[in-house]
Amino acid sequence: MNAPTAIAGDAKVSIRDLEFFYGATRALKNISLTLRTNKVTAFIGPSGCGKSTLLRVLNRMYDLYPGQRAVGEVLLDGENVLDPDVDVNLLRARVGMVFQKPTPFPMSIYENIAFGVRLYEKMSKSAMDVRVEEALRGAALWEEVKDKLHTSGLGLSGGQQQRLCIARSVAVQPEVILFDEPCSALDPISTAKVEELIEELAERYTIAIVTHNMQQAVRVSDYTAFMYLGELIEFGETDQVFTTPREKKTQDYITGRFG
Amino acid sequence: MTNVSLYYRRRRVNAIATGLCWVAAAFGLSWLLLILGALVFEGARGLSLDVFREMTPPPGSNGGLANAIAGSLVMSVIGVAVGTPLGMLAGTYMAEYGRFSKFTSVVRFINDILLSAPSIVIGLFVYTVMVARMGHFSAIAGAMSLAMLVIPVVLRTTEDMLLLVPSSLREAAAALGAPRAHMIRNVAYRAAKSGMITGVLLAVARVSGETAPLLFTALNNQFWSSDLNAPMASLPAVIFQFALSPYKDWQQLAWTGALLVTAAVLTLSIAARALSSQRTKK
Repeated sequence: MNAPTAIAGDAKVSIRDLEFFYGATRALKNISLTLRTNKVTAFIGPSGCGKSTLLRVLNRMYDLYPGQRAVGEVLLDGENVLDPDVDVNLLRARVGMVFQKPTPFPMSIYENIAFGVRLYEKMSKSAMDVRVEEALRGAALWEEVKDKLHTSGLGLSGGQQQRLCIARSVAVQPEVILFDEPCSALDPISTAKVEELIEELAERYTIAIVTHNMQQAVRVSDYTAFMYLGELIEFGETDQVFTTPREKKTQDYITGRFG
Repeated sequence: MTNVSLYYRRRRVNAIATGLCWVAAAFGLSWLLLILGALVFEGARGLSLDVFREMTPPPGSNGGLANAIAGSLVMSVIGVAVGTPLGMLAGTYMAEYGRFSKFTSVVRFINDILLSAPSIVIGLFVYTVMVARMGHFSAIAGAMSLAMLVIPVVLRTTEDMLLLVPSSLREAAAALGAPRAHMIRNVAYRAAKSGMITGVLLAVARVSGETAPLLFTALNNQFWSSDLNAPMASLPAVIFQFALSPYKDWQQLAWTGALLVTAAVLTLSIAARALSSQRTKK
């Protein structure tokens, strides 16, 4: 839950000297940057530059796989989430994630959302109904599904499924939401809906988004990080990065000269 | 320029090859039809309510297969009840917890050997460890040998079906803060459900026709018995005994029993197939 004292723009997640390894391969080199409370930070860069890897460090998703490890510090409200003592399940309840492809669970729309809520909260049926409705409204999906809450989530269109996944993440009331190319499998109309949603969500959550679409980064983000070959090349306010990039590599990338 | 003769030649070769395929298919299927036909023709004659009501008779008197049917059911149910959880738990471990470990590939290899091991070997094994030590044949030994046939089938299908569940689904559950066990029970099992049930049905179909392991373990029993610690009749064992006997009435009962077993296996296989095709349609 958002600490009431948190002020927009405060440091929420501070990444310091982060290195990441797939076995012996170093995929992230010496990354340091800060995600700010209630701001959207976009990660751009060519394929394989490590932006998704970086995102997967923030909720320790890499822990699911052997041979992957991170070195350095990722401070969430001052606490290092890379510390082996940190309970990854509790961490992930605070740091939600929405994936590239929609991943509805094989259950009803209602259950898809209640699933995450039930993990950490006990509540009555009526309170759950309210929470599910809030989450679906929050993801701009309520009007489309309110009459078929108990049908399978797999029956929705791709764009609806992705909004269901966003609703599912929002329902557990995290503090940070990570979006890993959330629109790459969606058509333009669904994309516009999801982008609108991200801007609304930023009023309540700290958001990080990986995207291949530079216009999208411009549209939704406050800060932009440009990564290349595992390094953070440039990080700054989105307007500055896209209008007056400091680095030549950034300039080349955003003007489409490589990548 | 189009070389028409080359094209016609290819068409002729195609017609011949297709024809040969038809002949081969017809040859294979005709045996199956002959077997099923003989079974229905010979078996149906002996079908009556008495088959389900009466015990296996001494030669020359009337009787049925009630004790054998009941014995088959009891031992199959116990065998499946014991083997299914073990196979499912092992398969779950291999697909979910130990997916990347060396141990899993070793277990998978051994399981595949067990899967293709002749059932008579399983029967002999249970004979040595249970029947020989207890000093007598028993239904429970029969059920255990069936369980040992169930385990590898269920293990394999459970692992295969869980491996088909996309990792993205696991990650999505993990991303909500779901502990792994919770994810497996509520997401992975749900996604793999119909495939796993298919595996159990196939295992049931496999054990319900097994004769060899039962001959060494449960033996047979002319009478009704519900004592798991005593020999118990089963359809395959009765068929074996009656079919080889010189008595016409026993032979008739063997035919009828064979028809019942075949019908049961066929029903289970069709159910399994229907379930798995339902899965692919989804």
